[in-house]
This record gives sequence, structure tokens and C-alpha cells, in this order.
Amino acid sequence: MDFFVIEVLIGGLLTGVLYALVALGFVLIFKASAVFNFAQGSMCLFAALALVRLMEIIPAPLALICAAAIMIVLAFAIERLVLRPLVNQEAIILFMATIGITFFLDGFGQSLFGSAVYTLDLGIPKDPLLLFEGLIPGGILVNEFDLWTAVAAGLLVAVLAVFFQRTRIGRALRAVADDHQAALSVGIPLRQIWVIVWSVAGLVALVAGIIWGSKLGVQFSIALVALKALPVLMLGGLTSVPGAIVGGLIVGAGEKLSEVFLGPFLGGGIENWFAYVLALVFLLVRPQGLFGERIIERV
Amino acid sequence: MRRIGEPVLIADRISLAFGGIVALSEVSVAIRRSEILAIIGPNGAGKTSMLNVINGFYHPHAGSITWKGVTRRRMRPYEAAAQGIARTFQNVALFKGMTTLDNIMTGRLLRMRRNFLWQAVYVGPAEREELAHRAHVERIIDFLEIEAIRKTPVGRLPYGMQKRVELARALAMEPELLLLDEPMAGMNVEEKEDMCRFILDVNDEFGTTIALIEHDMGVVMDISDRVIVLDYGRKIADGPPGEVRTSPDVIAAYLGEEAAPHSPTARVPSSSRNARSAGRGPG
Repeated sequence: MDFFVIEVLIGGLLTGVLYALVALGFVLIFKASAVFNFAQGSMCLFAALALVRLMEIIPAPLALICAAAIMIVLAFAIERLVLRPLVNQEAIILFMATIGITFFLDGFGQSLFGSAVYTLDLGIPKDPLLLFEGLIPGGILVNEFDLWTAVAAGLLVAVLAVFFQRTRIGRALRAVADDHQAALSVGIPLRQIWVIVWSVAGLVALVAGIIWGSKLGVQFSIALVALKALPVLMLGGLTSVPGAIVGGLIVGAGEKLSEVFLGPFLGGGIENWFAYVLALVFLLVRPQGLFGERIIERV
Repeated sequence: MRRIGEPVLIADRISLAFGGIVALSEVSVAIRRSEILAIIGPNGAGKTSMLNVINGFYHPHAGSITWKGVTRRRMRPYEAAAQGIARTFQNVALFKGMTTLDNIMTGRLLRMRRNFLWQAVYVGPAEREELAHRAHVERIIDFLEIEAIRKTPVGRLPYGMQKRVELARALAMEPELLLLDEPMAGMNVEEKEDMCRFILDVNDEFGTTIALIEHDMGVVMDISDRVIVLDYGRKIADGPPGEVRTSPDVIAAYLGEEAAPHSPTARVPSSSRNARSAGRGPG
């Protein structure tokens, strides 16, 4: 047995962290409004585009702050123009509204910032790195960039976990997601909660956009990375922050390992569909995901 | 000992329409301190609309609302909750995935003073505050005799119990004015008796002002100090239960114009209520 397995596993886990990052945005909004935010991928693209074009005219740190501000303004606009008129509507109607937001952001973002492929350079070297050379003969080959993004994602998750688990916001969020009318009647400021959540989701989208943008280049395909978050959500559960992480890791590691070890027998290309099949199996066995809330229906 | 005092909430000549349908037309309601006021009327009379106007869910087209001495065109839900107006709903609006305890704790959200950043960083004070609120909630749980279902997700509870949890959540807000929309709908006799006892106890012990909508005339006549009757969005009677019961307008509204003036009003609304609640499933 060589250490190739470990290398593949680590590579997969690091990619998985990136999937988790996108999935996290979905989880936040789902927790607060029981709405699957179809626009999450487009928000990543929009944020990354804004950042990359701003960096052409102002220094990077300033551009980052401006891009963050843009995402917060966007959250206010979405609350005012989309969510507020739809208070007390079915979740499916809010879902349709997020599809509308998707098309708007894709179109508006690209006509505002241009639709070419932009390179985003964070100054982090993308060189391969050999770890544990003393421990293991030959060492383990890792991408340094992936390592850094994993650290960044880990930090982000820790902050969010504290924010949502330790504070009363967490309980208020669940209440808002469950029943708008009842939440209003106990005095939960619905609008404020929505702005907070969409802002946080916007900032998560910015981080995801930066990382994916510097990996793939800032271009339309970033919006499609969101599709990779779907199996992650099904595995981890739509309502759980830790679930998004674990789901991301399982998907990342699973697709890399299957590609390498099952690929030769099935003709390759497994990486592209493995996650979806895994999610499908999960839906049959545990529809709420690993950490999702149990679905309770009284009949 | 409770004493009925001056009006605490005055809804003055409230009008409300949805498109061409008039829900309320120039209805004035004054709710006096520490009283139990019943709002009754046939289906579609505008009873729930009135409660929705009082706690800010609906914005009336005309009229004004005076609460705690401040007169305004309309209430806002947040403002109403923050200033001591709590309510329950006709079709139970609970947070179904959460436990009984968590549901009731949401009633304390407005009273939690430590902001969320403080809660995240300083464990000590925020934790003490949480415990204090928890203790208060436990007293309410004792009071309403729902200890056994403390940790049960409310979506699994029978309908009658859900109504009780909803009342508990409203009480957790320590309201001055409690609005109850059909608190006894769909309950059996025993559950109704319990609910009546709770309502009377709340009113008696804390002096909470209560406005309730109810279809069971037996209950209404027994527990309320005053009754307001709505019909087609207009107020047709306002007075003590005994007086309202014999009002010709009220009898006409319930039995139709041709009804004999001396027929017992209590029977007919009561049976129509049963027919309604029979068709309603839990949640």
C-alpha cells in the first residue's frame, strides 16, 4: 500500500472544503427563510466580478471592502424589493423569486462589469507542496493554494457557527423560517433578520467567489459551481452548518477517490456525476440529510 | 384582586376593505384595563380582521388606534409586540420543528437585553440571562400544566395541546393585552374547561387584559365581562353578556331576520361552530 491513497484523499478533502463554502451560503438562507436560494451561485459570480473590476481601479484591500459593501447593499435591495412584498407566502413562491434574482444578477452583473474572463490573483502561490517528507517516503503532494483556502473556509465556518449557535439570532432565525406571522407576533423583526442573513450569505458568496475565481478565473462558470453544492446539501442537510462542511468533505473526497480507484473500471469521468448519485442514494435512505432537522408531519 | 379600569386600547372608527369586500366599516372598540372582552359574530363578520388591525398585521384604511395613550393611524407588529400586545391565532401559528420549550422561549426574545455579539463573546452574563428567562418560562409551563411535553417538537402534539403551547408563548411575553383568536376551537369539553380556567387565572392573577374571539356561546357568556358583536363588518352590539344575548339585532344576525325574538341564542351559534371545527384537521 503506498501513500497515493492519502494523497488523493487529502486533495479531495481540500476541494470538498470549497464545495462546503458554496453550500454554506445556501444553508444560511434556508435556515432563516426555509427558502432554497437559487441565486447563491449568481451571488458568488456577482461578488467576484465586482471585486475583480474594482481591483483594476483601486487597491485590493479597498476593493474588497467595496465588494463587501456592494453585497450588503444587495441584501437590503433584495429584502425591500423581493422579500418584503412576499411576507407570509409559501416557500415555493419565494423560491421562484430567487430564480428571478438569479437571472437578474447574471444579466446585471455581466452588463455592469463585463462578461470576459478575468484573472484574480490573490498572491498566494499555486505551487505543489510536499508535506511530511521526513515522515513518509516521498512525502505527500498538496496544492499550497488549496491549503490556504481550506484554512480560510475553516475560519469562516467557525465564526458563523458561533454567530448562529451561541446567540439568540439562531432561535429567531428558526422561528422566522418556520412561520412569518407567528414570528412577527412575538416581536421578531422580520426585515432586520432577513437583511442580516442575506448580507451574511452575500459575504460568504464573496469569499467563495474569490476562491473559485482565482482557481477558475472570474467568469460565468462560477455561477454553475453552485450546482456542485446541491449534493453537498442533500448529504449534510439543508439546515445544518456543520452538515454543509461534512457534506462538502464527503463529496470532495468521494469524487476524487472514486475517480482514481473506480475510474479505470468504469471508463473514467466519474468525478462529474459521482456526487449526484451519492446524493440520490442519500435521499432514499435519509431524506433530511446527515444533520438536517427531522421532517415532522402530523396526519 | 382585579378591577376593570379605564380603556387601555381604543380602536376608533376602523374601516378596512380587501378590494371590493368590506371587512370592517367604522367599527369602534374600546378594551378596558383588566377586563375579558369577547368579540363574537357569524363567520366572516370581521372578528379576526379586528385583531389583525389591533396588532398591526392589517393596516386600516380609516380610523385610529390608541394604545397606552398614543394615538396612531396603524400599529406595526413589532411595535405591538414590544409594547405588550401578545396574541394567538385561529389556525395555530407555532414553530412546528421546535420543541415546546423553544417555542415558548421565542416569547422572551424581545426581553433579552444582551445583544448577540455580547452573547457570542461573553459567555457569563449572556448565559445568566438565558437561565433567568428559562426560569420564567418554566413557571409558565407549570402554570399551564404542560411539563410532560416540554421537549416534544410541537408538530407532533395534538391540536388542543398546540393551542395551549401557543397560549404559553404569548404569556411568555408578559403581555398587558392578550388577544386570543378562537382559543377553544376544535377542543373537547375537558380541554375547553382547562382553557377557560387558564384564561380566567391569567386575568385574575396578573390583571392581564384579554380580548378573545370565540364561537362557543356557553364559554363566552360564562367568562367574559363584556361582549361585542360584529356582523358584516359592523358592530351591532356592545355590552354585558346578559344584555347582548337578548338584543334583537344579535338574534337576527345569528338566526336570520325571520327568527322568533325569544329563541335561545346560545344553541344555534354553538352548533354551527361544531360543524366548522369538525371539518378542520390539526395543522
